[in-house]
Amino acid sequence: MSGFSLHGTELRDRQISALSNVELKRKVAAGVDKFANRKSDTLTQIGRSAEHGEAMTGTPDDLRLAARAMRHRTIQRLPEILERLADNLLANGINVHWANDGAEANAAIAAIARRIGAKRVVKGKSMATEETGLNEALIGIGAEVVETDLGEWIIQLDHDVPSHIVAPALHLDRYDIKRIFEEHAGAEEIEATPEILNAFARRELRQRFLAADLGISGCNLAIAETGSILLVENEGNGRMCTTMPRVHIAVMGMERIVENWDDANLVLNLLARSASGQPLSSYTNIISRARGPGDADGPEEVHVVILDNGRSALLGTEFEEMLNCIRCGACLNVCPVYRQTGGHAYGWVYSGPMGAVLTPLLAGRDNPEAAEVANASTLCGACTDACPVGIPLQDLLLAARRRRVGDSASTLERAGWKAWASAWSHPRTYEMSMKGASVGSGLLGSRVRRLPGAKLWADGRTIPEPSKVSFRALWEAEEHS
Amino acid sequence: MRVSLFITCMVDLFQPQTGVAAVRVLRAGGCEVSCPMGQTCCGQPAWNSGFAEEAAKVARTSLEALEEGGAEAVVVPAGSCATMIKVFWPEMFELVGDHDRSQRARVLGSRTYEFSEFVEARRQAGALPQLGSARPRDGVAVGGTTVAYHHSCHMLRELRIDEEPTSLVRAAGCSIAAWPDDRRCCGFGGLFSVKLPEMSVAMADEKLHSISSDVDMLVGSDGSCLMHLRGRIEHEGRELPVRHLAELLADVIDRADTQGPRS
Repeated sequence: MSGFSLHGTELRDRQISALSNVELKRKVAAGVDKFANRKSDTLTQIGRSAEHGEAMTGTPDDLRLAARAMRHRTIQRLPEILERLADNLLANGINVHWANDGAEANAAIAAIARRIGAKRVVKGKSMATEETGLNEALIGIGAEVVETDLGEWIIQLDHDVPSHIVAPALHLDRYDIKRIFEEHAGAEEIEATPEILNAFARRELRQRFLAADLGISGCNLAIAETGSILLVENEGNGRMCTTMPRVHIAVMGMERIVENWDDANLVLNLLARSASGQPLSSYTNIISRARGPGDADGPEEVHVVILDNGRSALLGTEFEEMLNCIRCGACLNVCPVYRQTGGHAYGWVYSGPMGAVLTPLLAGRDNPEAAEVANASTLCGACTDACPVGIPLQDLLLAARRRRVGDSASTLERAGWKAWASAWSHPRTYEMSMKGASVGSGLLGSRVRRLPGAKLWADGRTIPEPSKVSFRALWEAEEHS
Repeated sequence: MRVSLFITCMVDLFQPQTGVAAVRVLRAGGCEVSCPMGQTCCGQPAWNSGFAEEAAKVARTSLEALEEGGAEAVVVPAGSCATMIKVFWPEMFELVGDHDRSQRARVLGSRTYEFSEFVEARRQAGALPQLGSARPRDGVAVGGTTVAYHHSCHMLRELRIDEEPTSLVRAAGCSIAAWPDDRRCCGFGGLFSVKLPEMSVAMADEKLHSISSDVDMLVGSDGSCLMHLRGRIEHEGRELPVRHLAELLADVIDRADTQGPRS
């Protein structure tokens, strides 16, 4: 699959590397806590909105159930709804490109860029193009690519990658940003305040927007009934990306779709609330056609690239519900594992609980490195509770682990579990294995220290001494006394 | 009331004192306690690692032992293992094509209770002796002590058992300390703790960091989380006793017995 690589590294090593950075942990935890707390606050407002006669009624749980049902109904009929979207996009004069994988998407976009002679490309935040590795592909044909979402721009300058699907630069603070602007963007002795840093970024990016001949965006939602693309953002840079260059290409993961505007309304009610605790993001851009006669601005051409990249293979499987994901990041923000390291430790584009499920799924079945990412969870269930569309992430993590066992568990691992199951499915052999440990603790120091994993446990924790007498032995002694 | 104890492999091997305490508390609550010796493990380590067949093979043994026990209720002194039986057994047996045992697991699950849930219900029904008013002993104070209670994940988010254990801690004359991370995962996660040990320890550190210094004791209802947290506390040389809720309650009941009026 194009764009997919974990660079031959192991999950544990990536975690160790991130954990060694104490500052990183502090920044990530502060970032996700801010999001999660705002989310809690805004959810309490939902009932109040209803009192004021606003469109949204019901409790957060009602909304979640409704959203889950809606996403399920949509994904069940995904091929048909996608066809309808494509028809309506075409009727609106928007070009449609179907891409089976990242390579096809990149090729389609590169072909457009070549045809229009695009030299300067501006991009709005798009995780789908992170999947496909589009920037490298465009640079490969000689184009200059500038990320214009503020967070993405910062990390692009620093040759870094996003660490959070909603806040790509969550792992950086304003002092990091000051350093990056000074080292890579020509800022001189800039003050590390949000206002000054923002003003600098705005000045720099405006030049890029004015000079760009191609704008590329993601797509939060496509609305089939009207052939529209919807983008949410807080900066306005996404709007400039999609209106200032003469050609706009939106790249959508094929599941970012709803049938109609009622369903879009439901997603909008949940997306920004769950992501950043905002009732609505500052900008909601709806794109339904190219610039028309009399329009003051807008691109001459609009294209939508519909990206599969492993998604359709999930239809009809136990993983289908993962396609319900609206990419709000709420699961990352409550995950006790994610907050320790941020997203880089997960190794690919998506991180946190949704990434631990999605990485193995999108990577394909012959990829043990990706399959291992499903282990990056204690199965604590906080993600399942947080998901605004009710995806049972904990169950999907378990299912992904079962799939890994089927696809790539080693002979040794299989043999170990088989032996364990044989021994522990009979009380007598179970007891013998336990006694081994108990007696050992008395006679040999601790045999527990020799168990596989003991060394891994002991680096940071004292090893528990097994009791000299098991509970069973105590119980039997009492019964026979 | 006849109660079967599912002792769990963790308690059996590492913390028999938790099992002894659980029996003590259940008996004080008027229960006739049995512990079917045919049981082994709930299968969770294999299930969480993706080995469903192996997990089911072990779970079958325990299912049958508990069925044969024939008690009115099965009590489990570990939230995680109780969750395995109540929530995951039916799904697991179904998944490996054992429809019959899936149904039986559902029936067994409906009369299976996590320890604190069961004991708190007995207390509410007036079946447990008056707790509290116990004096300190063995250098570890009980009545009047401040407890940091660790809400373990499966118990909280799968079984939705939240108030029961803390009500019991309070009934034992202890106060519950404000602890911002009391509901955050401790980082044990079964084999997670040895597959990704650095992450596991980092999670324990975050969890333990926000326990205030005036806390006298860390209490929880899952021996495995407690083993992990205790291991970290000891490694760091911090003085903080860690105990299972059953042990806390048994201690109080014992002292109520020795200090109370005798007939």
